[in-house]
Amino acid sequence: MSIVYKRPEVFTDEYMKYCGGCGHGIINKVIGELIEENNWQEKAVFVWPIGCSVYADKYFKVDSICALHGRAPAVATGVKRATPENLVISYQGDGDLVSEGMSEIMHSAIRGEKFTVVFVNNAIYGMTGGQMAPTTLMGQHTTTSPYGRAEEFTGHPVNMAEIIAGIPGCYYSERVTVNTPGNIRKMKAAIKKAFEYQMEGKGLTFVEVVSPCPTGWNMKPVKALEWLSESVISTYPLGVFKDLGKEEK
Amino acid sequence: MNRVTVNREMCKECEYCLHFCPKKTILKKSDTVNKKGYYAVEAVDMTDCIACGICATVCPEGAIMVEKDV
Repeated sequence: MSIVYKRPEVFTDEYMKYCGGCGHGIINKVIGELIEENNWQEKAVFVWPIGCSVYADKYFKVDSICALHGRAPAVATGVKRATPENLVISYQGDGDLVSEGMSEIMHSAIRGEKFTVVFVNNAIYGMTGGQMAPTTLMGQHTTTSPYGRAEEFTGHPVNMAEIIAGIPGCYYSERVTVNTPGNIRKMKAAIKKAFEYQMEGKGLTFVEVVSPCPTGWNMKPVKALEWLSESVISTYPLGVFKDLGKEEK
Repeated sequence: MNRVTVNREMCKECEYCLHFCPKKTILKKSDTVNKKGYYAVEAVDMTDCIACGICATVCPEGAIMVEKDV
């Protein structure tokens, strides 16, 4: 018997606290596979933010540090500057990166810091109970926008991958998703590319992952994936927005 | 024969594996709940399994292991 797939060895046996069908589990698993396949276990340093994403600190047998709300890029800057040979990963959700920590991520990109940001965008504040986030879609119903998000009060959703791609310090920016097995493999390729650029000492690498939050969206997990494919992807188009490595070749 | 092993206590009944399995006959929800109260998925009929690994790829919990008979 040959093993086609098994839980990555860098994972602990801890029971995952995420809700059933949460995209975080898939993304954590893919990052774990990449660390294992490339033997980065001794080099990887995670910087956890606040939000559902912070639960993952118990699931990896890898060094990590927990930052204040939104300040993960600031801490990652310090870790990367002190130990440039390490693989520094700032793993953040949308409430953390876009709302609370907007200035940190913007200035990290402006300074051209050489770490990787994995940005998990589920269009809602998941941990605190499904409130409206800056990334919430137009007309989307949440606990703080019960009549749907309206333009005159709250403006438009924020497309971070495009914004970061527009900053000269950014080396690589791509948006991927987890709605099908094929897209999960594309996400793995995108995160791998970002990690490789970082290990080569390039600028900021940014991967935005559009992810389902079945509990926050009040949907069953499979229905949440369908809604993600129908509605969320039209607001957040997938693709590579900047890849200086490809242009250099 | 190929083999799919589901860690029953980790399963949270999201049904991604059932939804994406190309054969649809291999996995099924069990009739009893696990420790956390979910009707965990179990492998029932392995005759059609092609060991593509899609169920394991989409499982958010990393609860599924797929082995191919060579």
